Amino acid sequence: MTATAKQIARQRRRARADEMWQAFRRDRAGLTGLVLLVLIAALALLAPLLTDASGLDVTRATGEALQPPGSEFWLGTDESGRSVLLLTWWGARVSLVVGLSAALLSMVIGTLFGVTAAHFGGWTSTVLMRVTDFFLVLPSLVLAIALSTVLARGLPTIVLAIGVTAWPATARLVRAQTLTIEARPYIERARALGGGPGHVIGRHVLPAVLPLVFANTTLQVASAIIAESTLSFLGLGDPSRVSWGSMLKSAMDTGAVTAGAWWYLLPPGLGIVAVVLSFTLCGRALESVFNPRLRGQA
Amino acid sequence: MADLLANAPEAAPEPGRARRGLGTFLAAKLGGGLVSLFLVAVLGFFLFRVMPGDPARTMTRGAPVSEDQLVALRARFGLDQPLWKQFLDFLGNLLRGDLGTSYTYSRPVGDLILERLGPTLLLVGTATVLAVVLGLWTGTRAAWRHGSAFDKSSTSIALTLWSVPTFWLGLIVLMVFGVGMGPFPGLFPVGGISSPDVPDGLLPQVLDVAHHLVLPALTMVAVIYAEYLMVMRSSLLEEMGEDYLTTARAKGLREDLVRRRHAVPNALLPTVTLIFLRLGLVVMGAITVETVFSWPGLGLLTFEALRVPDLPLLQGIFIVMAGSVILMNVLADMLYRGLDPRVRES
Repeated sequence: MTATAKQIARQRRRARADEMWQAFRRDRAGLTGLVLLVLIAALALLAPLLTDASGLDVTRATGEALQPPGSEFWLGTDESGRSVLLLTWWGARVSLVVGLSAALLSMVIGTLFGVTAAHFGGWTSTVLMRVTDFFLVLPSLVLAIALSTVLARGLPTIVLAIGVTAWPATARLVRAQTLTIEARPYIERARALGGGPGHVIGRHVLPAVLPLVFANTTLQVASAIIAESTLSFLGLGDPSRVSWGSMLKSAMDTGAVTAGAWWYLLPPGLGIVAVVLSFTLCGRALESVFNPRLRGQA
Repeated sequence: MADLLANAPEAAPEPGRARRGLGTFLAAKLGGGLVSLFLVAVLGFFLFRVMPGDPARTMTRGAPVSEDQLVALRARFGLDQPLWKQFLDFLGNLLRGDLGTSYTYSRPVGDLILERLGPTLLLVGTATVLAVVLGLWTGTRAAWRHGSAFDKSSTSIALTLWSVPTFWLGLIVLMVFGVGMGPFPGLFPVGGISSPDVPDGLLPQVLDVAHHLVLPALTMVAVIYAEYLMVMRSSLLEEMGEDYLTTARAKGLREDLVRRRHAVPNALLPTVTLIFLRLGLVVMGAITVETVFSWPGLGLLTFEALRVPDLPLLQGIFIVMAGSVILMNVLADMLYRGLDPRVRES
């Protein structure tokens, strides 16, 4: 049997992935989260096919204002007679898109900071970590509020506001992980053979750091979705799109609380809780798979 | 919030640092704090003056104004000066405690913030104390009986509450316990800090404020205690494999003494740091909870300023909130050193 180095590497990688999946599957909470996420993501993706988007238009609303759940509107209507079910369904899209993109943005910034600081050390590290510590203690919502006030309203602004406030924890995690990896002999070997920073980081450090970063990002999505709903609730969201946060904002503004319109308040909130909890459960499960230190704690 | 889990083992101070004296330590921490405060000022200035392009236009967002009015506006807020001069003026004013003038209230921003500080401190203080006590107690129990039914149920409850947006929980609590549902009347006031018709005298007034405080404080506790629970639990779990606990048991100490005198004090240390590191979360909770319950504190002021938007006021709030969280963290670093001999040694 003649296997090339590439084939061996591929086989090992596949075996390792299998192992990881087996470990992940043993975590029942994580698996539940994953199933729930796939379900919600599928529903959100299929929204344009399964539902009629024209029901989101206030001028074409067919129901009465704040109508309780019934046979026509399963989850009742909002203050302008639109179906709460339809709004919640479409709102999932905004929450997921913003949550994922903001977490991705913060992951990129955090990884960049962490790897650079750990790899180059010295002054670079001091300055970068000083900045990280500064952003770590800065109340992120306050900064996000400031950013979304001064920038034009819209989804990119929210993503930016959440992304640039959420990265410091990732940066610290990546830095710590990079430091332990760079202390290993195979990095020394790569350096001795003439590998520059690009080679060492790209071929050795990043592949080793990424699994933990991935777990961390999954957890970040959860916080990003909460942050998105909070910003939208404060009126800083995209005014042209329905999100779970903006639904709750309209609910409060139009007196759904005093009217006891529970059907208007519960669906978007439960949506947020379901998605956030799923991401958190998945993230924790991934973390205990990738980080042996944590194994047996969950 | 959720990233905390990943971050927990990192809280310990870095090893391998040379032994430092108290003076150097204080100087480093205070210096770092000052640099951070300066950065807050820089960020506060540039965020609100430079980013949106022409601040005069931002101030008048949406309203049609003539060129003359814009010029007058620029002159009034010193916007016709060069940027570096504006920044120096801004810093000078900041050091004198002058945060500018709000243009919705036409009053100094500093006064407005001071007025609203009391209610926020009352709410945040009450909620934090309750949440810390509840979170640390439950976290300790859960970790000590790791894997038990109590551990599983308290962790699940904590994770679920952690996933709940504070403002939504507030809305639900307000609807159920404030407004009342169906045949059940509301038990608590729906907003504000006091009722207008309370008789004179200290006791009735204190009771009235306490009555108003119940719902917002409980909402905040529900969301933030989960964080303390998880931190305490994971940091106690890390301690539980340590040899000194075996020693403590070997010399015949009762289990609860081993926990109280040996494990918990050590596990508390990273928890204390993280409690301070995550104060931003508490601030976030305060903003939305105060908005939902019309609690007349800094959070509600933020929300009111957002609606306009009143940029000088927002800038002042940003600087005050960010600055105080940074100051608390510098204090926490010092507290930490006092509490943990290992930090002093290493």
